[in-house]
Amino acid sequence: MQHALLGCLLASVGCGIIGTYVVVKRIGFMAGGIAHSVLAGMGIAYFMGASPLAGAMISALISGVLIGWINLRWRQHEDILIAAFWSVGMAIGVIFISRTEGYNIDLMSYLFGNILLITTRDLYLMLILDSVILVLVLLFYRQFLATAFDEEFSRLRGINVEFYYILLLCMVALTVVLLIQVVGLILVLALLILPAASAAQFVSSIKRMMLLSAIFSVVITTTGLIISYEPDLPSGSTIIILAGVFYILSIITQGMIRKLRKN
Amino acid sequence: MKNIIEIENVSFSYTRAPVLRNVSLTVPEGEFLGIVGPNAGGKSTLIKLILGLLQPGSGTIRVLGNDPVMARSHIGYVPQYPTFSRRDFPINVMDTVLMGRLGFTSHFGGYSKNDREIATETIQAVEIADTANRPVGTLSGGQLQRVLIARALACKPEILILDEPTANIDMRVEEDIFGLLKHYNENMTIIVVSHDIGFISGYVDRVACLNQTLICHTTDEISGKTIEELYGAPVRMIHHSHQH
Repeated sequence: MQHALLGCLLASVGCGIIGTYVVVKRIGFMAGGIAHSVLAGMGIAYFMGASPLAGAMISALISGVLIGWINLRWRQHEDILIAAFWSVGMAIGVIFISRTEGYNIDLMSYLFGNILLITTRDLYLMLILDSVILVLVLLFYRQFLATAFDEEFSRLRGINVEFYYILLLCMVALTVVLLIQVVGLILVLALLILPAASAAQFVSSIKRMMLLSAIFSVVITTTGLIISYEPDLPSGSTIIILAGVFYILSIITQGMIRKLRKN
Repeated sequence: MKNIIEIENVSFSYTRAPVLRNVSLTVPEGEFLGIVGPNAGGKSTLIKLILGLLQPGSGTIRVLGNDPVMARSHIGYVPQYPTFSRRDFPINVMDTVLMGRLGFTSHFGGYSKNDREIATETIQAVEIADTANRPVGTLSGGQLQRVLIARALACKPEILILDEPTANIDMRVEEDIFGLLKHYNENMTIIVVSHDIGFISGYVDRVACLNQTLICHTTDEISGKTIEELYGAPVRMIHHSHQH
């Protein structure tokens, strides 16, 4: 349980920072595509007897770079591209897992997460991923902000827009791997987007949005974990339902604040 | 007087249909040039070519004696208002204007004190100092346009290019903004794209009429007939006098 709580904290760091970019840049479905294609890497790694997490990381990065690169060249086919990565990635994963003996239990925990099984090694890996994300964002905060806000103007100011776009997708890929530990790859998208979208209701700067959505994410994941523990509910699903409820509540609260201000 | 922009026989097409045909245009230093023409006449395309965001199919473009891609750090660009639709983006006025400093400041980390001073100056100059800490989503159309002008001015440009700066803005604010531009014209070359020839001819030195091909007029030459030729249909026009 201690491990699990620590895992929630670590996942929330990446979730707050990268979730914010995903929401303001509106690349939620691209993040979804990356998340689902991760099953291919996990399946292959599992089949070969390697660490599924390592496989997940490699395939997340590959699909991040590929989706970004193809999208820069054939932007008009974005939806087709994402759909292809989404389902072909999963299909490859399922094939490899089906060729491996005793796959049933593990498949479920990849898809829907099982944070109670998290190991010390996993936690160290999450810590490293968080550090990488934090360092990159601290170094290039202005570039990420400018390209998210106005690509054309950024290009005129000499920023390599394509480079930062692909770098951002790589960070999304790393965050997806972080969050898969908590809620599994099918539910990742909601945990990436909902805390940040909730935070967006209350703040007017990216920095504060990152901080607030990380806090929201901590609250959502730990509360979800605690609620699910006693009745032995699936923790990932409990967390996601909580995230949904949290988002609706934040919209209602914001609406009420606006009304109060008007009066 | 040296020429800031030299465009020679430039043609351009996105697909097969030509957008620009044999366009030639020379802009001398310090000019206030208006580009007018019907929708899809190629105005924004010409601007993107000058900025080096597009490459001409044929012909040459020199900006400040250089390739546009090399020269564009000296250009302040104010994008077209309707396409600029990120009003829900969580950012305040100051941080938006500071983006104009990118490319002049260090590559990593935050902005320098000098960057902040320049941004503060430009925010004051365009008379929106009281909004500096407000989210851009809460501004009026006229205020937002001033923010975008301030962001372009924070580049300390030699050329200022504005694409339809006063679309969706009421007449009184439009006059304020052109008054502001007239003031900046004392120190820099300005190109402004507009569909409203009657209005801008009171401010600009010269009007370039663009409908695939380009014809230039000094502002006193403009009459109902030139406009009719350009748009291919009679246009209602209010006559006004110029002080030259």
